Amino acid sequence: MTPGLIERLDALYEYDREPVSEKKLHGWKTFIAMFAGEHVAGTEFVLGPLMVMHGVSARDFFLGLLVGNTLAVLSWALMTAPVAVKTRLTIYWQLRKIIGPYLTIAYSACYAFILCLLAGAMVNVAVTAISIPFGIPNPDFVAGDVVPGFQWILIAVVVGIVIAALAVLGFEKIAVFSKICAPWMVLVFFASALAVLAKLGTTSFGDFWEVASTRIFTGEPIGNNSKYTFWHVAGFAWLCNATQHMGMSDVTIFRYAKSWTQGFASAFGMFLGHFGAWIASGILCAAYLSDGFVNPQPGNIALYGAGLAGAVSVVIAGWTTANPTLYRAGLAIQVATPNWKRWKVTFAAGAFMIVTACIPAVNANLDRIVAYYGLFFIPLGSFIILDVWLFSKIGLVSNLTEKTGRLFSWPAAIAWFGSFFFSFFLYGKDHLPWIERITRGNLPRWLDAIKVDLTFLVAPEWILAALLYLVLSFVQQKRKVNAEFIRKGGLL
Amino acid sequence: MKTLLIILSFAGLVLTILPSVLVFKGILEMESHFHLMVAGMVIWFATAPFWMKTKSLDEEEKK
Repeated sequence: MTPGLIERLDALYEYDREPVSEKKLHGWKTFIAMFAGEHVAGTEFVLGPLMVMHGVSARDFFLGLLVGNTLAVLSWALMTAPVAVKTRLTIYWQLRKIIGPYLTIAYSACYAFILCLLAGAMVNVAVTAISIPFGIPNPDFVAGDVVPGFQWILIAVVVGIVIAALAVLGFEKIAVFSKICAPWMVLVFFASALAVLAKLGTTSFGDFWEVASTRIFTGEPIGNNSKYTFWHVAGFAWLCNATQHMGMSDVTIFRYAKSWTQGFASAFGMFLGHFGAWIASGILCAAYLSDGFVNPQPGNIALYGAGLAGAVSVVIAGWTTANPTLYRAGLAIQVATPNWKRWKVTFAAGAFMIVTACIPAVNANLDRIVAYYGLFFIPLGSFIILDVWLFSKIGLVSNLTEKTGRLFSWPAAIAWFGSFFFSFFLYGKDHLPWIERITRGNLPRWLDAIKVDLTFLVAPEWILAALLYLVLSFVQQKRKVNAEFIRKGGLL
Repeated sequence: MKTLLIILSFAGLVLTILPSVLVFKGILEMESHFHLMVAGMVIWFATAPFWMKTKSLDEEEKK
């Protein structure tokens, strides 16, 4: 890694180096519209059905969503927004001050990778609808389809190239179009679910719960899917945007807020998208299956519940979310490839996106992928919380890495990767065969007794990361040589 | 003119959601619900772009 790389990354974010000024602040309406628009996306058509396929019961699903989404809103309101309002910095500059430029580059690279993966999932969603009028079957992962048919791949390639081409031209026009789609798309979700409820045997809200419990969220997993409970649903609803709230990446958005209380605007995104839209797409999936169909892909279920308008909404939902996602991924990758023109970088990211879109296992395991993604980034949020709120109160120097001109924070590196890999290990020892083989019979009884799913690890990992970072920062700053350095530099 | 566009846009949204309520109540057939939703979609996209405020936070910051 060269200093040139750091300079290029800094230059990329140069325009938002300074904290947002008072006169540029926004009120509640902006944040409500933003959250409501962003969290009713193409992937909502995947996640609701996934919960049905994993045999969650109605009580567990509704209660789990209520608890998980409430925790997500509280995380935005009580963690992200207060930090954003205090510092008024983007996540990039916030992290750079605390963990140093090297780890910030690692953060950007990992983020670019996951963005390509998510863009691929969104292209997949769009293709499930486009393939229908051509009579091309969507791949069925449950039935054992590992790759789609040639014609399906051909459509994915064409859609991917169009999305990459539009991302090269910039994503602002698409972002504008996406906002126009949002109110209509929310209603398409609800309308399609409401229309198919009659097919499931309910024509009044009075008997909804009976039908929901016995015909929609039956509690029986479909195919080889594992069984999900209240804890899986609540954990996943909390975790699926954890990078944005507990991981703090949304400080970039909330730095424009007049008050930290505007963090509660996230409730509009959570309860319209991750509550309403997940329930709606779950209902659609159950109705589709009960009508004798198999392979409930987003395009199929939307067409089933809302006809052409449903299919169009799936295409738009996939396209409008894939485009800015790919654009941002291209920007992040551009830093590492200085001699490449932006169109080349974006097409390279687009190629990866297309490959991802053609792997049915990605969308079939989207909840797992999103969970890994959340768990990987949340430790960074705990560092920011400690650095911004606690360090000065306990005699530690905040933003030490920046103030001392260092390029790397070893406490952050150990706490970040240590907490993530420990969480990964806790899950993997009972769920991933290659870790199971290594650990079987070799673990102390207390460790072996801990049985967790990825979705249960949000709070434990965050706390572990915070404790590690606190202890290691204390060790770092109280070492004689550093204490001397801090005193001489007048940092305390 | 703007008021008219807004009224039409909301009519598009009503055409999107209302038919499903009628299907739920057993008053309307699925096929008609599909057609009315398409009509709602066309009206919404023909009118909403002309009055909706759509600038992003970053765009406004750069102004």
